[in-house]
Amino acid sequence: MSIVSKNKVFTYIFLIILGIIMVYPLIWLFVSSFKTNQDIFGSSSLLAKTYVFDSYLKGWRGNGIYGFDIFFGNSFKLVIPTVIFTMISSVFVGYGFARFKMPFGTILFSLMMATLMLPDATILIPRYILFNKLGWLDTYLPFIVPAIFACNAFFIYLMIQFFRGLPRDLDESAKIDGCNSFGILIRILIPLCKPALFSIGIFQFIWTWNDFFNSIIYISSVKNFTVSLGLRMTLDAASAVSWNQVLAMSVLSALPCILIFFFAQKYFVEGIATTGLKG
Amino acid sequence: MFFLSIYYNLIKRLQLISNTYSISQYRKWWGTGMLKKSSRYQYIGLVYLLPWLIGLLIFQLYPFLMSFYYSLTDYNMVNSPKFIGFSNYIKIFTEDNQFVQSLKITGIYVLMAVPLKLTFALLVAVILSAKLKGINFFRTIYYLPSILGGSVAISVLWRFLFAKDGVINSLTAKLGIPAVDWLGNPDISLFTIGLLTVWQFGSSMVLFLAGLQQIPSELYEAASIDGASKVRIFFKVTVPLLTPIVLFNVVMQMINAFQEFTGAFVITNGGPMKSTFLYALKVYEEAFTFFKMGYASALSWILFIIIMVIAAIIFTTSNRWVHYEDGEKR
Repeated sequence: MSIVSKNKVFTYIFLIILGIIMVYPLIWLFVSSFKTNQDIFGSSSLLAKTYVFDSYLKGWRGNGIYGFDIFFGNSFKLVIPTVIFTMISSVFVGYGFARFKMPFGTILFSLMMATLMLPDATILIPRYILFNKLGWLDTYLPFIVPAIFACNAFFIYLMIQFFRGLPRDLDESAKIDGCNSFGILIRILIPLCKPALFSIGIFQFIWTWNDFFNSIIYISSVKNFTVSLGLRMTLDAASAVSWNQVLAMSVLSALPCILIFFFAQKYFVEGIATTGLKG
Repeated sequence: MFFLSIYYNLIKRLQLISNTYSISQYRKWWGTGMLKKSSRYQYIGLVYLLPWLIGLLIFQLYPFLMSFYYSLTDYNMVNSPKFIGFSNYIKIFTEDNQFVQSLKITGIYVLMAVPLKLTFALLVAVILSAKLKGINFFRTIYYLPSILGGSVAISVLWRFLFAKDGVINSLTAKLGIPAVDWLGNPDISLFTIGLLTVWQFGSSMVLFLAGLQQIPSELYEAASIDGASKVRIFFKVTVPLLTPIVLFNVVMQMINAFQEFTGAFVITNGGPMKSTFLYALKVYEEAFTFFKMGYASALSWILFIIIMVIAAIIFTTSNRWVHYEDGEKR
């Protein structure tokens, strides 16, 4: 065997072992949601002697009053408007930054990039007080309204970078045909922006869906709990009798993100490559 | 002013990164657009920025300034804020032992998790960038934990995996390694939380991969024609060209790590013996358990200043280690 192919074999062995380490916890999570308590703890084998299949149904019912049907419904009520408004607002603001020469344009751009580095913790408390005064606590408005006003600089930057990649000749020729700037955006550019829009939608979906910090701060009553909060409640409430229910609900809560990831992974990579920022 | 200069620095660097890594088309028009000072402003552009401007003022700038104001007050959300000067800060630095403790462990956490995560991400990215078959498959697998990492579900999973009689201990027992109390031992618990962060190295890896693919292959060819060894090429070609991305990753990961919350809150709830009582948990507790809004604001401003100082240090030293394509040292 030559040195080169030997190296290749070692590389593959490394990659495969690493891959197993990376996914094993997730596989364990799935399989263990069908296990009994004895097999969840104190056993090293992935597979169990006995399997139970009622964990999903029982876990789904939750504490009897509020089940995961309500939590999932709430999560979608929170996430879907947030995602849609983020997509719309980011397109408009990104277009404004990328295509127009404005007074203070550079300063505004710098400000926008600066908010990218502004730690959320610093503005958290006044925001909470503000939302309290507006009567928005225990609603989803603290998530949805900032999305309308394009408060996530990451997505604006993603759009700007994408617009910059589209040739300006497109705009020029549309202008000659009598299109105004709004028409150019709607008829010419947005159809070309689909990959970037998908990236934004996917990232925002996953971040909002998984969000726990903001949810625990802004949402207080159980009837408004999202999946994250419901899951945490189940974890706290679960007596030693029903660990598999907690695991089963963990699987379900991760499912939307996993599905989106596998169906749309090309957009993840594109989104990251466009901005070169984060994922 | 100090912070503005840091920000200005960042913007300059960001523009350099985008110069290096985005399509040259943009460079062409942006470059000429900036030079032609005489051309007219297009005020219509401001209309498109309007939502963002409103959001910036109401949801970012106003809270940012108010946060400093509240930090100088005693405010419990019931009575109106009472101005007390710098008392909150004095109390934090002189009387609050928890502050020192949480700052210390947050520092340890950042120093441990960020370099580990990024080194690992860079290493795996370099391995994956060699033209092997099945790279897309591995990239997907490694990226998957990053999708789920911040969620409660994964924190729950971590709690099970690293329980005293959990899977990890059962597996290591088979190899003859004595059981470790991953979450119950105050010396180890922080490390266990950090592992959760490192497990999510995939997002940084994808960034590095994107950067690696931008490096022109002629550079590698030229280097190997000159007789450079593979290791030498890695350190003299690959690493320097990636440094802008490394810089940005270090800064952003640092900022995020200082604010880590979900893992420590759900897995250990700050315990045992406050060993995972990260700074974000401290702020959360003061603000939303005790409703000491003024005090918590002071804590959050201290965090802001710490983060900015570290960012400034990183940017200042980056003159020495970050390489830009145009060869200019800035």
